[in-house]
Amino acid sequence: MKVVGQHTTRVDGKALARGKAVFADDIRLTDVLHIKLLYSAIPHGRIVSINTDKAEALPGVVMVLTHKDLKPHFFTTAGQGYPEPSPGDTMILNPVVRFVGDKVAVVVAESPDIAKQAVNLISVEYEEYPAIFDPEKAIDNEVIIHPEIKGDRFLFDAKRNIAARITADLGDVVSAESSSTFIFENEYSTPYAQQAHVEPHITLTWLDENDRLIIRTATQVPFHVRRIVSEVLDFPISRIRVIKPRIGGGFGAKQEILNEEICAVVTLKTGRSARIELTREEEFFAARSRHPQRIRLKMGVDKNYKIRFIDMDILENCGAYGPHALTVMSVTSQKSLSLYNIPNIRLRGNAVYTNLPIAGAYRGYGAPQGFFALESMIDEIADELKIDPVEFRRKNIFQPGDEIPIARILGEGREGYKMTLNTSGMEACLERGKLLIGWDERKNNKSGNIRIGYGVAAVCQGSGVPGIDMASAQIKMNEDGSFNLQVGATDLGTGSDTALAQIAAEVLEVPVSKIIVYSSDTDMTPFDTGAYASSTTYISGGAVKKAAELLKTRIIDQAKRIFENDEVKISEGILTASNGEKLTFSDLCTRSFYTDHQQQLMASASHTSFDSPPPFNATFAKVSVDTQTGHVRVLKIVSVTDAGQVINPSMAEGQVEGAIPQSLGMALSEFMIFDDHGQAINQDLLRYHIFNAIDMPEIVTEFVHTDEPTGPFGAKAVAEIPINGPAPAVANAVFNACGVRIRNLPIMPEKIIRWLGKL
Amino acid sequence: MKVMFTVNNKKVTVDDHPGMTLLEYLRREEFYSVKYGCDDGTCGACAVIIDGHTQNACLTLVHSIHGRAVETLEGLNENDLVRSIQDRFLTEGAIQCGYCTPGMILSLAALLRKDATPAEAAIRDALSGNYCRCTGYVKPVKAMLK
Repeated sequence: MKVVGQHTTRVDGKALARGKAVFADDIRLTDVLHIKLLYSAIPHGRIVSINTDKAEALPGVVMVLTHKDLKPHFFTTAGQGYPEPSPGDTMILNPVVRFVGDKVAVVVAESPDIAKQAVNLISVEYEEYPAIFDPEKAIDNEVIIHPEIKGDRFLFDAKRNIAARITADLGDVVSAESSSTFIFENEYSTPYAQQAHVEPHITLTWLDENDRLIIRTATQVPFHVRRIVSEVLDFPISRIRVIKPRIGGGFGAKQEILNEEICAVVTLKTGRSARIELTREEEFFAARSRHPQRIRLKMGVDKNYKIRFIDMDILENCGAYGPHALTVMSVTSQKSLSLYNIPNIRLRGNAVYTNLPIAGAYRGYGAPQGFFALESMIDEIADELKIDPVEFRRKNIFQPGDEIPIARILGEGREGYKMTLNTSGMEACLERGKLLIGWDERKNNKSGNIRIGYGVAAVCQGSGVPGIDMASAQIKMNEDGSFNLQVGATDLGTGSDTALAQIAAEVLEVPVSKIIVYSSDTDMTPFDTGAYASSTTYISGGAVKKAAELLKTRIIDQAKRIFENDEVKISEGILTASNGEKLTFSDLCTRSFYTDHQQQLMASASHTSFDSPPPFNATFAKVSVDTQTGHVRVLKIVSVTDAGQVINPSMAEGQVEGAIPQSLGMALSEFMIFDDHGQAINQDLLRYHIFNAIDMPEIVTEFVHTDEPTGPFGAKAVAEIPINGPAPAVANAVFNACGVRIRNLPIMPEKIIRWLGKL
Repeated sequence: MKVMFTVNNKKVTVDDHPGMTLLEYLRREEFYSVKYGCDDGTCGACAVIIDGHTQNACLTLVHSIHGRAVETLEGLNENDLVRSIQDRFLTEGAIQCGYCTPGMILSLAALLRKDATPAEAAIRDALSGNYCRCTGYVKPVKAMLK
């Protein structure tokens, strides 16, 4: 292959390097209105009255909207395909507030400062209700968080505060338990964590010259934004255009329909352009975070070190509303149960409402929580049974040709599809990782105050959502032999525009510079479900490959007509007839436009997949633990991934390198701390610490090659998988260093000291 | 109150209002390489160079920079040093979403003006005020070591 598998400079790289005006907010709108929101000051209650007189009287204030001004309509902000497998439990503004930070009023003014001042002039009288902050107490609590919702098929039981439930049974766990030689049982938990994309949520709206609503927004799902805004505002899809320019990171948070509908309401009500940008503080409570989960595991192992059964019980905290409640929990279990060949499975999971901020999609989508629990437990078992943790994993992992039965049971909010593992580089990832980390050093004596430890985690993910994700692409030829590639796929900073251009270039046998990519504009590009679930390379890449192949066939057919010769070969942009006559792409297109068999050479294609081949990864961590202070320092992370055929090596490495600090943050420093009103007290990047350049350990990233038959040129996904491994690998390394097993993240110094009996 | 300073060597006179930050002013004047990210000087997306030092525009009040020289990436795109950093970033694949890239490039330019061949620790130190959630800083650091 000439282009696929090679490093290519990003198609948008130069503009980004030079700081060009490419992001959503980098345009100047005339006559723009600025929007600020008033949020609930109480965790749970009913709005008795709102007085907006003073706010509206402030010069420069154009409008204040409260729940009385909007037609009541329930929807979900989850930004998923239709019908969304999330409860329709949200209104733009609701007279009942359910957490400190729930939206109460929309203030519209001539400047952000005036809007901010006006927010403070609104007085709200609440009737306060008791609140639930502890997810363990949510089910069958006398407080009901969504009593008014009835008959929503994606809300499991509103009266019991259960947003979603999953159950799955495979084989017979009870008899497997009695025949297991060793039984292990433990409980693990992970906290609220922030995506922390540096560009906040930002949306601009205006009416164009034909009174169509233009929404320019930092989103991962432009087509879902169009559909959901249309639904919520009862405004026709034909009059909405959603444009996604470059976006400054999303990691799932920009899958949410967060403020697009509010900005659109303001434009439709005033006829003026409008802008809403969240502050960093608002990102913490008004946007979304990672679902905290408590996972109980029970596992049985026989005397040959084979895992006989697993019993998994998940309690997921959704916060006040349930976007992604079911599907995140489903991914938690489906991914963590797709790694080891365990014949007997019992799975129970409840996603519950609490009066805390709303959780949502975050890279990994539940899998990091599941793998933290599973891979910690596997390490504990290996330690008890005195078997090398890598060896124990190797004895139990799925092999190519195996059917992964859980995939059939657990789909995206419904039954899944049969999945047979075509390729797995898991063993090779483990072998290579051992070498790169220096695995044999882990047995060295531990003494002194500073202890060195080594840990490993094996993980997998999926490549898109099988049977649900759909992508499409169109390609047209220009008379200089270049091609316009138009895709609905959404590049959220990952480089997918470049990867898709590489796929088109490979098929059409031209350099990447000949492919002009335009993406994510609902007027100009065909449909795509959006950038989530590690789907773009695999699903959108599949659509691009099909469209390019179809166009290539049409190019050859056109050449046959022009040559009047049925034997034509194509190579590197030159068409050659059997008699030696030649045409360049440029000649062919020019003649097709103006003189011979006139037509626009173009093609379009759509792609779906009932497979979602898992990429695999082994992550190894080397840490030091100061047994006097409890301070953990990560010294080195080795991450070896099987992503099938890598389309662009440096971009794929970049995915891994960026995911590692997000997971290290989850392991060591990132969590939201709540006061007794359920309000986070660390709502800024000073007190919520994400890794900076100095905090970073040495990072080693490698890929193991496999050739996935269902993926474009053999590709599988790479975007999410590398975030699953570092946290459990670090927890296991801490145990190896000092014998302290932390089962509730993050691993704080005081937890280690307490365990060591020094606090 | 009128405040006078230079932006990319051009003199500007600003009708200051109390509390106006340099970030607010620069974005209003369409210096879009300067980005909003956090409000409290932690993320570095709004980094600019003032009299040779990188500084966060969100924490800089316009009234405090009377008589000083502000540089943004827009004014440095033709500068050889900045060009070399941009080229290294592109070749190494050090740009993902690109939102924090202008801030990183300015921090590195300020470093390279003082030290043409910085060691890894100095590069990391220079980047420590620029949060990046995409790259793990691996390729930005590697780009500067090559």
